[in-house]
Amino acid sequence: MTNTLHRFGDANSFRDDYVVFAIASRGRNDEDSVPKLKKFLQMAREFHPVNLGDARHGGALRPSRSMNPLSHWKREITPDFDAVIAGLDTTTTAAAVFDNRPAAEDFVKAVKAADLGLSINISTSIDGAEQCCHAADLCRHSVGYSLGFEGKTEHLPNEDVLKLATMCGHGMVSASLAKKMIDWVKEGRRTPEQAVTYLTRFCSCGVFNPTRGKRILEESRTRTK
Amino acid sequence: MKINSDKCVACGNCTYVCPMGAIYIDSGIKRATVNVTECVECYACYNGLSQEHLNPVMVRTMRKAFQWLRLRFDPEPDVCPTAAFEPDPLSWPRVVRRAFSDPRVPHESTGVEGRGTEEVKTNDISGRVRVGEVGFTIEFGRPGVGVWFRDMQKMCAALAKAGVSFEKKNPVTSLMSDVATGTIREDILNEKVLSAIVEIKVPVERTEEIIRLVWAVEKQIDTVVAIGVGTRCDEEGEDHVVGPILERLGYKLERAKTNIGLGRITNQNIERTLAEVAPK
Repeated sequence: MTNTLHRFGDANSFRDDYVVFAIASRGRNDEDSVPKLKKFLQMAREFHPVNLGDARHGGALRPSRSMNPLSHWKREITPDFDAVIAGLDTTTTAAAVFDNRPAAEDFVKAVKAADLGLSINISTSIDGAEQCCHAADLCRHSVGYSLGFEGKTEHLPNEDVLKLATMCGHGMVSASLAKKMIDWVKEGRRTPEQAVTYLTRFCSCGVFNPTRGKRILEESRTRTK
Repeated sequence: MKINSDKCVACGNCTYVCPMGAIYIDSGIKRATVNVTECVECYACYNGLSQEHLNPVMVRTMRKAFQWLRLRFDPEPDVCPTAAFEPDPLSWPRVVRRAFSDPRVPHESTGVEGRGTEEVKTNDISGRVRVGEVGFTIEFGRPGVGVWFRDMQKMCAALAKAGVSFEKKNPVTSLMSDVATGTIREDILNEKVLSAIVEIKVPVERTEEIIRLVWAVEKQIDTVVAIGVGTRCDEEGEDHVVGPILERLGYKLERAKTNIGLGRITNQNIERTLAEVAPK
């Protein structure tokens, strides 16, 4: 999904960011794809992802349609992976996000062995994806390079905000909210762990990486520019 | 999208979560208000904010009391305390905004959510980009800037003039009234969306020419552009062709999505699809 392609940052900033996703092609392998997509997500669980998602229903942290006022003092911040798996009910894109390469490599090996027949893509640094393929004894079939942002870039926010906001490539994590969370962490009003859960809930396909988000918030706490 | 002014308590949470910055507190009526021209119907406010169903009068009274006492009210930033957002029924052409901006809505033209494109994500079975070809995804508007179709048309027209082939299974292509000239339907030119992707394919020899063309046209468009370049790897899984061209043009290649080639055709009705995929 293109929404994971144009994450802002250099290759090193993707050291804890590995998105592996499964997609069916319309008219080619989309029949009976739901159980395969579910299996993809179930398999991912064993490798300790930091997020799971389906593009139709959302990720492992979701907003509530009927929030209890008392929950302000005890917000649920534990990702609910089971809900993602159970909720997948239509052909869509299923994604698993890992914060370390060994987990991504092991998952890719397992997906290869499962032979689901779905197209599988890895979205991370170019080198990181190559390493995952190498570990699973796979050759890259195709590659889609991100050339970054250009055009009227004066409209873009600063680097830390951009790193956070582009983790939902659909643009559901607004730059204003990302900036607000950076400010709140600086002020000590919220911890990076708390702040990142607010951002994660806005990502409607579950590819936001809370580990990377937390690191960016932590790093931006002491940054002066 | 509209905000029910009877329910809104002007807490301001929604002003931060709108990706387009299209929500503000109207000082005259003291309620959150949507700038309808700039709203792209992405539903980030409606879908992304958790909703409480508190009594608006009670919340307004409490907020006034806190304000009078100079106490900082510190609510959760991702909550609409009174569930004040109410989706508007959308009709043509405004409904196009939602189709391109709300990632949960699949595009009718492709059946794919988000921006509705498969690109090289399914290249292992679609054969969309073959050896010797380059697939471009030219994306406008993200993050958080948005794009008008009238601006996108400038790029489409320039690409069409250059004789490129637009991807048929792409939502922008499906809204062209004349693909040969890259002309987008007139009735949607004044619609704004969060982002949209124009997809084209050219022989690899034209890679540099196309990028230089995009560079020239993007200067005339008041938004940001993100280019994705898709290519088929060789038998060893390497790309010794396109990557070097991009680096020669000054791009530092940091991130990519990599199709690892595990897809296969499994649908029962494969005769038509095989014919579609077979190399010409």
